[in-house]
Amino acid sequence: MIDENVVRHVAWLARIQLEEDELKKFIPQFTKILEYFSILDEVQEDVEPLYHVNELKNVFRDDEPEDPLPRDEILRNAPKKENGYFRGPRIV
Amino acid sequence: MRVLIGLEVHVQLNKLKTKMFCGTPTSYQHAPPNTHVCPVCLGLPGAMPTINMKAVEAAVKVALALNAKVQENTMFYRKNYFYPDLPRGFQISQYDFPIGKDGYVIIDGDEGEKKVRIKRVHMEEDPGRLVHVGRIDKAKYTLIDYNRSGMPLLEIVTEPDMNSPKEARAFVSKLRTILEYLDVFDGSLEGAMRVDANVSIEGGSRVEIKNISSFRGVEKALAFEITRQKNLLRRGQQAKMETRHFDESQEITVSLRVKEEESDYRYFPEPDLPPMNLKGWTERIKAELPELPDARRERLIAQYGISVEHAKVLTGERVLADYFEKVASKTSPKLAATWIADVLKGELNYRDMRIEGCFSPENMVELLELLEKDLISDKAAVMIIRRMLDEGGRPKEIMEKEGLQKIKEDILPGVVESVIEENEKAVRDYLSGKREAINYLVGQVMKKVRGRADASKVYNLLERRLNEIDNN
Ligand SMILES: [Zn+2]
Repeated sequence: MIDENVVRHVAWLARIQLEEDELKKFIPQFTKILEYFSILDEVQEDVEPLYHVNELKNVFRDDEPEDPLPRDEILRNAPKKENGYFRGPRIV
Repeated sequence: MRVLIGLEVHVQLNKLKTKMFCGTPTSYQHAPPNTHVCPVCLGLPGAMPTINMKAVEAAVKVALALNAKVQENTMFYRKNYFYPDLPRGFQISQYDFPIGKDGYVIIDGDEGEKKVRIKRVHMEEDPGRLVHVGRIDKAKYTLIDYNRSGMPLLEIVTEPDMNSPKEARAFVSKLRTILEYLDVFDGSLEGAMRVDANVSIEGGSRVEIKNISSFRGVEKALAFEITRQKNLLRRGQQAKMETRHFDESQEITVSLRVKEEESDYRYFPEPDLPPMNLKGWTERIKAELPELPDARRERLIAQYGISVEHAKVLTGERVLADYFEKVASKTSPKLAATWIADVLKGELNYRDMRIEGCFSPENMVELLELLEKDLISDKAAVMIIRRMLDEGGRPKEIMEKEGLQKIKEDILPGVVESVIEENEKAVRDYLSGKREAINYLVGQVMKKVRGRADASKVYNLLERRLNEIDNN
């Protein structure tokens, strides 16, 4: 059951702030999406789950170092930076 | 009130050359921020991860050393959450099918040896590092360094089998020892091992403490938390289920804001990384496993006849056990065990030094030989060890320079006798009235005992003996 609390919680997980009217607007939309997944209920119980869509296995890389990107490049798209760090909001 | 502690230990496989899913070098220690980063570990759209095979081998090694069952079919998952240290918005981790399950580690518990069960061992990538400006709950903003992002990490999860902060510490230190024996881990590097602890007082709710990053910290954080929970109980309150952050500098735990629950992470198989089938790996890697601490301890006891306590201390660090064996092969093993485990280790700890920075085993052998030949006292030997640690030098040199040789009172008459025999002329001079000749003889005795005697005592001994000769 999708209600306002579920929408609020999902919004929090996505770190999105929703206004009260938006919370209400999303209830039927969420419900519709969830209903779509009920198609999976038709799958027989003894069907092995599919974890990956191709047959590849054991694709590895050797432990050989490669050059990192120059720091200017790394920070190029950052809206806020300070002394070579990215700058973000406080987290607690 | 019984206390239950379970640990989640995060261990960097920092002996590897490159990160978990990209070729970025792992050598970021002391490097300026964001200098060890590439599109993959920065989480740029379209950048594709590939699995470092050596990291998987190291994980198998660890799983085996922890007596866990290696899962032949294993794979990575995405753990989804938003946090500034996680540039992709998800962490590549494991969920179902972790690399290792159901192991155990034997530790020295409060009531003797005890088995701590390992629930699972899984591989994942390290997030970046957040730098809080000020205290975590008071900071205005956060600085982010992604050098650590993508470091190969193992998470080792125990059952709640520890019953005191001391046992938790014993587990963590035993784990470190095992990892160092496996040569997959350097625990001296900052942030190499981080611990989250679950603690509850039996019947109460579980509190998770995050971000403990030192051995001492494990004990401190848990002790603080247990006291806090007991105080709550005493006031008739219950600790509420929550996540708390350990503030290492203030040695307190502080409550963190609500955290995601497991279902919130929306784990699903990582589509960019094919699954792994490790058929044959266990056998191959098992055959290459080095001797582990418990086995080595048993061998040292059997092979060298040293005490259990000494063997425990010595095998507590692989390099220390190596050092001991080098010394023990050239001198009395029991003497070596006593001096390395009891004295040297203490002196190193006092100086916050590790055995890597200690003087050579050859110097230790030389010192023990001086002891065996009864040339120095125990006290002098300790002084020589201190001197070598602080200033360098060799035992014999220091002994001679500092005049630390032992002189037994009862050998003095013998030395006096031989000096009298060897210096007939001086004796004749003395007997014929040149009394100052005795000073020369005193000098000769002192030379023979390398200064380790009281000159006035030598003078008296000589005088008495010469007078006896005179009277005969
Ligand atoms: Zn990278």
